[in-house]
Amino acid sequence: MGVRKTSAVAAVAVAALGLAACSTGDATSGDAQTSAASGAYTPKEGGAGGKVGVFTWWAAGSEKKGLDALEKLFAKDYPNDEFVNLAVAGGAGTNAKAKLASDLQNNQPPSSFQGHAGAELTDYISKGQIEPVNDVIEALGGSDVFPQDLLDRLTVKGNIYSVPSNIHRANVVWANPTVLKKAGVNGTPADMSAWIADIKKVKASGVKTPLSVGGTWTQVQLLETVLLSDLGAEGYSGLFDGSTAWDSDEVKQAANDFKTLLSYANTASDGDDWPAATDMVIDGSAAYNVMGDWAVAEFADKGAEDGTGFTYFPVPGTDGVFDFLADSFTLPKGTDNPDGAKDWLMLVGSAEGQKAFNLAKGSIPARTDIGPEDFPKYQQSAMSAFQDNTIVSSIAHGAAVNQAWLTDISSAVSKFYSQRDVDGLVSDLATAAQNNQG
Amino acid sequence: MGAGRATGPPPPPARATGPNRSIDFRTDSMTRRARNWLPGLLLVSPSILLVGVFVYWLITKNVLTSLQRSTDFVTDRVINPGGYRNYTQLLASSQYQHALFNLLVLTVVFLAGTMAMGLLWSVLLERGVRGEGVFRSVYLFPMAVSFVAAGVVWRWLLSPAQGEGQAVGLNQLFIKLHLPGLQNGWWSADSRFSMAAMALPAIWQLSGYVMALFLAGFRGISQDQREAARIDGASEWQIYRHVLFPQLSPIALSALIIIGHQSMKMFDLIYSIAGPNSYKAEVPATLMWTQLFSKSDAQAAAVNATILLILVAVVVVPYLVYTNKVEERSR
Repeated sequence: MGVRKTSAVAAVAVAALGLAACSTGDATSGDAQTSAASGAYTPKEGGAGGKVGVFTWWAAGSEKKGLDALEKLFAKDYPNDEFVNLAVAGGAGTNAKAKLASDLQNNQPPSSFQGHAGAELTDYISKGQIEPVNDVIEALGGSDVFPQDLLDRLTVKGNIYSVPSNIHRANVVWANPTVLKKAGVNGTPADMSAWIADIKKVKASGVKTPLSVGGTWTQVQLLETVLLSDLGAEGYSGLFDGSTAWDSDEVKQAANDFKTLLSYANTASDGDDWPAATDMVIDGSAAYNVMGDWAVAEFADKGAEDGTGFTYFPVPGTDGVFDFLADSFTLPKGTDNPDGAKDWLMLVGSAEGQKAFNLAKGSIPARTDIGPEDFPKYQQSAMSAFQDNTIVSSIAHGAAVNQAWLTDISSAVSKFYSQRDVDGLVSDLATAAQNNQG
Repeated sequence: MGAGRATGPPPPPARATGPNRSIDFRTDSMTRRARNWLPGLLLVSPSILLVGVFVYWLITKNVLTSLQRSTDFVTDRVINPGGYRNYTQLLASSQYQHALFNLLVLTVVFLAGTMAMGLLWSVLLERGVRGEGVFRSVYLFPMAVSFVAAGVVWRWLLSPAQGEGQAVGLNQLFIKLHLPGLQNGWWSADSRFSMAAMALPAIWQLSGYVMALFLAGFRGISQDQREAARIDGASEWQIYRHVLFPQLSPIALSALIIIGHQSMKMFDLIYSIAGPNSYKAEVPATLMWTQLFSKSDAQAAAVNATILLILVAVVVVPYLVYTNKVEERSR
């Protein structure tokens, strides 16, 4: 408790310093361009005024750079508003979510908070903690600028509850080309069994751990991509609406493949984070790592070059499918400054905001009207894939299932990781679905 | 306890009071009685009020929450059926039983470890080694480190990664010592008793405290008794076994209770070592976090909290009753 509180206080203090620096620079730039907004919601010229507290878990790395870019833009476009950074660090958002839960419980909501778009938001919706933002989406251009697929996933009982800021892809294999070459692996494997054959080759060439994994959530993500590969996009999506049974033979097959993959992986501890696993690919102690495309920032940070230092391909068997997750921003019920919050949402959803944010964070814009030419090579490929591919929702990142269900799945995977019992995993997953699917 | 003493029998009335002033005497005695207990009550009432609201009212609230019925907003599925069935539902779940078993393993190893280490160190220091103050501080220092900070270090020390180039922490140490056979998965190992490894950092942290308790106990025993025993021809071992240790048993009991209830409530160390939602390291306290914050299931969390409270009470209340009796006897 104490640590979370102090880090929050520290974050606020740092943000306040940053703000002081920003506002002196931007106070005069009153001729801010307003975003091309028309329709349902019209923000006041220069912003509604007052403090706008934005709650995220973007406290370090490329995420923080993205948030900083947005903050700068916000100061320029809405000079009347005062941005307050309420970021809480650590635990891939788990610490932040706990802090947020208590803030919401105590009716002390921030002006806007970050949430994974999709099923995860139903937790807040069901408690009546966030309000629909249909008017903001409308003002931003609605389905003209956001993919309908995405909007459908944000819609609960006819209302849209958040503005998506960025898209990530979860079904990507990152590989070390030098290690692959040494092992005599050429070309991209077409399906799971071809990939496992390649992994065996790598192992035979002397790499002890051809595949690298991190803590529990990275294993959940690996499992979800294996499910996607073995079930196909339709079968995978059916897992969440009840049309695919969790104890079907395909799921059992996927669980078996998952077990095989893990037998070629390093030993991780449940609490480990993802960068250590990605670093194993960079330094060559592993050939493959399945990670979301935020990993590209880690490769760039460590100086690995696209093509020579690392390569990437969709998880074998999932080519043509985009396993998506998105961050989005909400409008909490009862917040002090709803108009200021809507200014923030308008900025997050604007073409200008999405471009600045995603260039810095390494993700791709949720809007489809932003040209790919300014983005680096990987993001360009992801942007075109997002437009052409079948879109499915990620389990590990709250797009496909709500938090309660995800928690049960994580427990099952954590248990499997220590026991390696395929039947146990399948029955735990089936129980989790039964307990959460209604 | 101060309040209890204040309400005891008033001092006998002064002898000078004559029979013709009996009415006055009564009122006089009442005010005097009030004078006896009223200031005491006024003094303790703020703390009674605060404890009443922030401890007992919240416990009541927690118990009430644990009995509520709850349903899913989207699907209307019943999550908690309400009433006592909330308790049977949680107690029957294999996840909770697993967490309770983990807690048992942790508590037993933690208790045995701290008591053994604490007693050993206190006996060594009690014999008057040179630089006792230094050793005492060295052993006590880990207690000054917060569980969270220690947990970050111990997560690394207890990393399950094995083999040359992969292993870190203790496993790496074993490789460097040319004892690779000793490498193991620690708390992540595939064993029902892997929680025993989680007790290592806890033992490291609290053995010094137990040592200090025992050391105080040893110092409280007069030197005369040892000398008398020596004159009677007792060996050093016999002095410890028959003279000193029996007198330490009240201290041992306090140490057991203090360590035991800390073990049951332990959350921060486990959370910072194993992260949220680790199956291997799940105990009721970490499960409660998951229930409340990840699953937004306040009812199940309240049930869990109530059971934990009862478990701790089962240990602590008999101890409090016992010490009360002992104190009364010695008064």
